[in-house]
Amino acid sequence: MSKKSFRQAINEALAQEMRRDHRVIVMGEDVAGGLGTPGDQDAWGGPMGVTKGLVGEFGRERVLDTPITESGFIGAAVGAAATGLRPVADLMFVDFMGVCFDQIFNQAAKFRYMFGGKAVTPVVIRTMFGAGFRAASQHSQCLYPIFTHIPGLKVAIPSNAYEAKGLLIQAIRDDDPVIFFEHKMLYDDIDEVPDEPYTIPFGEANVTREGTDLTIVAFGRMVKFANEAADLLAKQKISVTVIDPRTTSPMDYDTILESVEETGRLVVVDEAHPRCSMATDVAAFVVQDAFKHLKAPIKMVTPPHVPVPFSPALEDEYIPNTARIMAAARSVLA
Amino acid sequence: MSDAIKAIGMPKWGLAMTEGKVNAWLVEEGADIATGDEILEIETSKITNVFESPVSGPLRRKVAAEGETLPVGALLGVVADASVTEAEIDAFVETAKAAQAEAAAAAVPPPAPELVHAEGWTARVLTMAPEAAGALPLLLIHGFGGDYQNWQFNQPDLAIDRTVYALDLPGHGGSSKVLTGADVPGLAVAVRSALAALGVERFHVAGHSLGGAIGLQLALDEPKRVASVTLICSAGLGPEINTDYIEGFIKSDKRKDMKATVEKLFADPAFVSRDMVDDLLKYKRLDGVLPALRTIADAVFAGGHQTSVFTDRLATLDVPVQTIWGESDAIIPVAHANAVPEARRHVLAGAGHMVHIEKPSDVTRLIGEFVAFAGG
Repeated sequence: MSKKSFRQAINEALAQEMRRDHRVIVMGEDVAGGLGTPGDQDAWGGPMGVTKGLVGEFGRERVLDTPITESGFIGAAVGAAATGLRPVADLMFVDFMGVCFDQIFNQAAKFRYMFGGKAVTPVVIRTMFGAGFRAASQHSQCLYPIFTHIPGLKVAIPSNAYEAKGLLIQAIRDDDPVIFFEHKMLYDDIDEVPDEPYTIPFGEANVTREGTDLTIVAFGRMVKFANEAADLLAKQKISVTVIDPRTTSPMDYDTILESVEETGRLVVVDEAHPRCSMATDVAAFVVQDAFKHLKAPIKMVTPPHVPVPFSPALEDEYIPNTARIMAAARSVLA
Repeated sequence: MSDAIKAIGMPKWGLAMTEGKVNAWLVEEGADIATGDEILEIETSKITNVFESPVSGPLRRKVAAEGETLPVGALLGVVADASVTEAEIDAFVETAKAAQAEAAAAAVPPPAPELVHAEGWTARVLTMAPEAAGALPLLLIHGFGGDYQNWQFNQPDLAIDRTVYALDLPGHGGSSKVLTGADVPGLAVAVRSALAALGVERFHVAGHSLGGAIGLQLALDEPKRVASVTLICSAGLGPEINTDYIEGFIKSDKRKDMKATVEKLFADPAFVSRDMVDDLLKYKRLDGVLPALRTIADAVFAGGHQTSVFTDRLATLDVPVQTIWGESDAIIPVAHANAVPEARRHVLAGAGHMVHIEKPSDVTRLIGEFVAFAGG
């Protein structure tokens, strides 16, 4: 056990799986950097330095710098997965996913179903998401609800470094396509992370705080804010359960429903756009299956339904924060 | 006058404890308290327990407020007889608080375990040694699903006059997860190879549960190397074992299920903290742990019974053996303690299978007295 950043945890997961299984490869734009140039090799290690060092240990055969053509290399990764490799493709920003929707939605997600269950597609697409990076509306979206919508895809959203390593190893060993969402504001967050490889099963929510007055469900970076809110509310004698679903596909509704049966009150915190989001999805399931336990209307804490603003002042205002979660908690307890 | 004033400080329960939260005072200001009286309930991230007074006399001042979180060693209360004035107590509290601030600045990190490369496996071992060369070393062996941290409330005090090794068994904690042997004799072989790597020739051993059976196996195999054996809620003394617990431990992968399972280990389920359950779930997610636990359980508890029972060999064993049991042990029947003569049998009330965690000072004292009695 030692302290590692979210970035180091992901790098360690990749390195350990590449050592364990020679079929695991990494591909994407500048995942090493310097290909075909006389300059510094492994200059980049991906845009955030997450894959740095891998090319030195595993070579250019298994760490592939690709052209800036998402439609091309995501398609290649899906094909490689269907024919025996276990690629981890780095799509950089999830906002760029639009140019390769067909490869993901109509190919990767469908193979298992359309080939009579005889085909597997063990591809992982790692991608950055979320606001707060001053990168404007084309590099700041969440978009995980869109992938959650598609049957055949699995969607993981780690909320800290420990979760990141275990969920990524699970994703690489999984035989289905997994979209792995990394919040760009979490890369420097540090946590206790075991040195040994480990897996966190998909579809099993993590209850990060246990309380009796209120249930908060949060995703990705929002789990951190929800935990902060719960700790502050605890000082005001308000006892809060915080649930991190970890994966939105598969989704552990049972843990949420069981908690709401106890508390009768629910706040959902989702950084994605508020329409057709995980917030609306969770709220709808709870209303359908636990309506009689609800003591107050459900409150959703989300950004407004607008593109992420470039103005830092507006961007800060856009992102759900601890204070807004606390205000929502108090409003459902009122 | 300060001799007449006695401080009650925040205890250090286990290696990792740096601070504790005062949940409740169990005595009133002015009460006459005796050494060993339960005076406070203190909560740490690992455990909640009552704190027994280390001193006796009238409790003149509650310095710590309920709900306050304070570092280890911080002044919680002041005991002093009637001859001491309030002003003197005020001065004592001020001095103590200043010293506390200095100590906090100079805090040293807890000792860290090391990886020891033994024949066939890698053992994680926490070694605690006195500064001066001590008596024969003591080896602590945890039970099924445990690790060296199970001894965190015992090891520091036992290491005052001798080196104390607490190791993680194969498949457990931070040791390698590949097993060279999964039954009690096989695990004893692994422990012997770790002792060889540590350079230990003769030693005392204290084992909990499965670790007790392994300790006994070590003594039966090589009685000349083993100076004494302390068996705590031990396996190896009868066929019965609560396999519901063993299976529950292997199968529980959600916090709620694991909590319910681990609560069976304690007389007071309040001992089971979030951190304890979290740490167990994190351990079980490590590569290789589930197959290792399954293999050991199948070898050691085949068909719902213990496969290594040594009761009939104890009479001829020329090594002193004592048993310590929690009266409410729900995993291995307390009647198994009867395998040794009454004088060497200690059954502690208000404790379950994890008696060394629930009654740490009693268990530490009993181990310490026994190794001193056995000598070497």
